[in-house]
Amino acid sequence: MKLWKTIICIALALALSLSLVACGGESSKVTLNVLNWGDYIDPELLRQFEDETGISVKYTTMTSNEEMLVKLASKDNIYDVCFPSDYLIEKLVADDLLYAINKENIPNLKNIDPRFMDLSFDPGNTYSVPYMWGTVGILYNTTMVSDPVDSWNILWDEKYAGQILMYDSMRDTIGITLKKLGMDINTRSEADVLAAQEALIAQKPLVRAYLTDDIKMELINGSAAMGVVYSGDAVYCISENPDLAYAVPQEGSNVWFDNIIIPKSSQHTAEAEQFINFLCDAQVAAQNSDYIGFSTPNAEALKLMDPSYAEDPTYNPPQDVLDRCQIFQDLGDFVKVFSDAWTKVKAA
Amino acid sequence: MKQTKSIKEKLAKGMRIRRSVFAYPYVLWMAVFILAPMLLILYYAFTNDGGITVENIVQAASWDNLKVLIDSVRFALYTTILCLLLGYPVAYLLSQMKKTSAALLSVFFIVPMWMNFLLRTYAWKVLLSAFTKILYTESAVLLGMVYNFLPFMILPIYTTLIKLDKSYIEAAADLGANPAKTFLKVVFPLSMPGIISGVTMVFIPSTTTFAISQLLGGGKTMLYGDLIYMKFITEQSWSTGSALSIILLAFVLISMTFMKKAERTTSDEGGGRLW
Repeated sequence: MKLWKTIICIALALALSLSLVACGGESSKVTLNVLNWGDYIDPELLRQFEDETGISVKYTTMTSNEEMLVKLASKDNIYDVCFPSDYLIEKLVADDLLYAINKENIPNLKNIDPRFMDLSFDPGNTYSVPYMWGTVGILYNTTMVSDPVDSWNILWDEKYAGQILMYDSMRDTIGITLKKLGMDINTRSEADVLAAQEALIAQKPLVRAYLTDDIKMELINGSAAMGVVYSGDAVYCISENPDLAYAVPQEGSNVWFDNIIIPKSSQHTAEAEQFINFLCDAQVAAQNSDYIGFSTPNAEALKLMDPSYAEDPTYNPPQDVLDRCQIFQDLGDFVKVFSDAWTKVKAA
Repeated sequence: MKQTKSIKEKLAKGMRIRRSVFAYPYVLWMAVFILAPMLLILYYAFTNDGGITVENIVQAASWDNLKVLIDSVRFALYTTILCLLLGYPVAYLLSQMKKTSAALLSVFFIVPMWMNFLLRTYAWKVLLSAFTKILYTESAVLLGMVYNFLPFMILPIYTTLIKLDKSYIEAAADLGANPAKTFLKVVFPLSMPGIISGVTMVFIPSTTTFAISQLLGGGKTMLYGDLIYMKFITEQSWSTGSALSIILLAFVLISMTFMKKAERTTSDEGGGRLW
């Protein structure tokens, strides 16, 4: 008697939780599950796409490439479209998680600047379409910094102790330190990483904080003199506070590309391709880039945008800046050496 | 008539549910959301590519990681001491007040607890940005921790103090002890159980804090909780993260045993304990 009551109780509890999970319900309308970075699309464009195609979009955001990898590598991945960065594409391709895009379904691909096609992380753009791109550099307050900002060394200048903001991200921060030391941003030498680790520990007493999105507010408010930022964020900050200026140091930096991909497990690849084609439309890409402030790889879109964008070296860096920048590569197992160094810097 | 009664009786007998049945949903909840994750942590900590190993634990017990643990314990100690110094007088004053005014006053430190601690910590971040010298320092982290954990010190001490038998104090006065002596020799020792549960309730969560250090320390102060977070989320190294968690769990269990012992030796009398 006691036993069956227990069983009924447990069964009821399970049934209740299952019914909650199953609450989604099926509908004939196709729903695209889109996974993107926060603040990284003009929401009006999502509505426009839904109106034009009758496909509904369920939009989710995340904050790091690593988080995206966990979601896409999961057995029950639900996402149909996603926006990973260059080095993660390499990893996703290596892990066989991406769907080979049928380019016939994306005629708007012709709008993309050939400079941004066929890059090292995805030769021939088999799996990915460029979405946004930019550099990593120093955003500084011209009223607080009198020295010329042309070297990463200024982040190690004791004159600015307590006014320096570093990016709280392993790849970016170790990357620029390697560049400062004249090393390869994708180094596989433990000695190089150790040198970068020591430089960062030596710098730590000068650093006001290691932040991510908060760097923008701090610099706009003038709470700090300089910080490491992505060029797209710099465009936004300068528009909020004209005292700010952006520089990509002479030693070189990282040039990055965020790209649109379709996971292999997607059940709606045709609709996903429709979505990618929509985003590559010149008018749409122009509106999107204008909204989020990051640089578009879409040449036709740039022509439609206000000419101030094309002339702005932060938004549209000249070729000589790009020539000294490197794309991140997937580090494979060597990432462990990077993360050990990063832990030591953060715990120092 | 007789017939219906017996059916009713039968029904009542059949339907009678023992009170413990009501605990099953909670037991199920515990099994799924507390026990299972613990077992998973054990599994990840002691396996490597399928084989059983202690390598993860050995790696996690490196000097660098232990330094972070020592730092966390140092922060937790400071937090506990500050909470005790600030919290005891408040609890004492509250216990001396009339019930109604004490209730009214306690609202002031209970109401903020209705809000999520992350929101309150964000609020501190905004407040402190007016004092840029303090934000992103160890002091800011300490301030955030004391602020968040103070109620957990005040409440147990307060409940011990109000349940304290007033005749002890009268007896002390009758025997010629002045108020200071009465407090030191009578009230304070009798409130020890409250102090110990307060210390436990502040020290243990402070040792395992994360996020507060991240938000107010500007990523410069890494506590053990942040280290575990980093291993799991940024590095995807679940085995190291689990091994670190096991070490923390062992440390927490050891310190709790000590505190329980201290509690038992001080007093079995006086006061309800919250914990």
